[in-house]
Amino acid sequence: MNDLLLSILVHLQITFTGVLIAAVTGIIAGIVITKNKTVAAIVMSLTDIVQTIPSVALLAILMMLFGLGDTTAVVALALYSLLPIVRNTYAGITGVDKGLIEAGRGMGMTKIQLLVKVQLPMALPVILSGLRMAIITALGIATIGVLIGAGGLGYFIYRGVQISDLTMILKGAVPVSLLAVFVDLILQYSEKKMAKKAKRA
Amino acid sequence: MVRLKNIQKEYNGSVAVDDLNLEIEKGQFVVLIGPSGCGKTTTLKMINRLIEPTSGSVFINGEDVTKVNPVALRRKIGYVIQQIGLFPNMTIMQNIEVVPKLLKWPADKRRERAQELLRLVEMDPEVYGDRYPSELSGGQQQRIGVLRALAAEPPLILMDEPFGALDPITKELLQDELKKLQTSLGKTIVFVTHDMDEALKLADYIVLMKDGRVVQADAPEELLSNPKNEFVAEFIGKHRMNSNFCIDEVKDVMKTKPVTATREKGIGESIALMKSRNVDSIIVVDKAGRFEGIVTIGRIMTDGKNHKNISRLVEEDVPVVKMDSNAKEAFDLLIQNKLDFIPAIDDDNVVKGLITKSSIAKAMAEVVWKGADND
Repeated sequence: MNDLLLSILVHLQITFTGVLIAAVTGIIAGIVITKNKTVAAIVMSLTDIVQTIPSVALLAILMMLFGLGDTTAVVALALYSLLPIVRNTYAGITGVDKGLIEAGRGMGMTKIQLLVKVQLPMALPVILSGLRMAIITALGIATIGVLIGAGGLGYFIYRGVQISDLTMILKGAVPVSLLAVFVDLILQYSEKKMAKKAKRA
Repeated sequence: MVRLKNIQKEYNGSVAVDDLNLEIEKGQFVVLIGPSGCGKTTTLKMINRLIEPTSGSVFINGEDVTKVNPVALRRKIGYVIQQIGLFPNMTIMQNIEVVPKLLKWPADKRRERAQELLRLVEMDPEVYGDRYPSELSGGQQQRIGVLRALAAEPPLILMDEPFGALDPITKELLQDELKKLQTSLGKTIVFVTHDMDEALKLADYIVLMKDGRVVQADAPEELLSNPKNEFVAEFIGKHRMNSNFCIDEVKDVMKTKPVTATREKGIGESIALMKSRNVDSIIVVDKAGRFEGIVTIGRIMTDGKNHKNISRLVEEDVPVVKMDSNAKEAFDLLIQNKLDFIPAIDDDNVVKGLITKSSIAKAMAEVVWKGADND
């Protein structure tokens, strides 16, 4: 049982590190690109392109750069998570009610104050939902990390397939699914709470 | 207080505001009004620099604000918009405290001020203070919108169609409240609307705009009684009619085109004239049209055969009224002396018309029924 627990922890660690990197860069990128439509279009298509690369191929390419191990898996997950985070941040910020922006500016908020006090709080539910999508996807993709020598639950699935052991496969697959469902529920709950707060009459 | 000097705003070559000059005095309630696209909102937003003028200057208390930091400027000017724009993630208290907080007022001073303002519009801070905007009705929300603009005690407040989205009853209520607040607090308000009723109700001074230019800027009464041109008259439409309805002076109730004749009029001719115009008296005037007296059909019948013309049949001792004298007094005179009519004259004694019971009745009917037609 101990190796299972360890695998779950490693799996979570790889996933969350990857998503965290994507979240920091993605949210900043999402905010920055709201200033310029052309830049926004370019950045969005770049993240789109990353998304279209098959995960195995992406891992192979990254392996050449970062070698074998967890780091490569983390970088791959970060790249995959970028799209929903950037896209939702952009959509969330640009979707803030124009009346609120005008009220804020009219009352004398600086651009930073407007961002921190108005735009980000208003966009938070949308950003969170992007984050949720990113985490769920990353939990699944993290299983193939085993191909480049990363840890995590993918090991059981991979071994199970190799030796045709269904129990072994399930030992990896079931915790991944459960983690995904669990994380989804928690994040959905907090999203709803935020959305309620940010709701307009 | 506020002076706009040769303000010009162009968007890609098209002119939104064209060489506009406007002076707003302290404590004045100024309404910018006009059809959509006339540049009224653009003009308003150039005062707090939400829109930068292409050329020209804006002075507030003598200081050219096109040269100061716009953020600092806006904190000193209240701003209320049609979309209300209360922050849904903040409570009512927090919303009211936004500008004081930006100005770094201490927390207890902010709180006190917000509570004071809520009480000003009879909203209990205990009840409403910690609620979120979505828990309030539209009217209550905009009331908070106005309070938020007042919070940091700015001497000048800009309002961009603040009541445009409210139902008529709430709108009326908030207008009354705003007017009261403005008078009691002595604020200068610049208010944009396209609703003439609202403008007439609130304004001390109305600036009517069209195609980026001021067409007429005057006190409401002046605008109503002396519209500068067709456009102004048309824009104030039904209100202008209403102003004509008021019966103040004799000229509002008199019949024009009275039947007049000079003393040289022959007896036969006079009888024919009376017959054709269906009257029993003629007003006698001199060659310049000045009043001399009246001659009645009765007098002509009794004495007419002894005279060639009406010259000697004229009764000179009859009451007359000045055209611009009080209509009610003329009416009383008519009734008390049981007269059929009273000639109405101007300052040079020239006969301009006459009042009769039927002319008064007709004028009153117009007030009653035309007024009903238009509402």
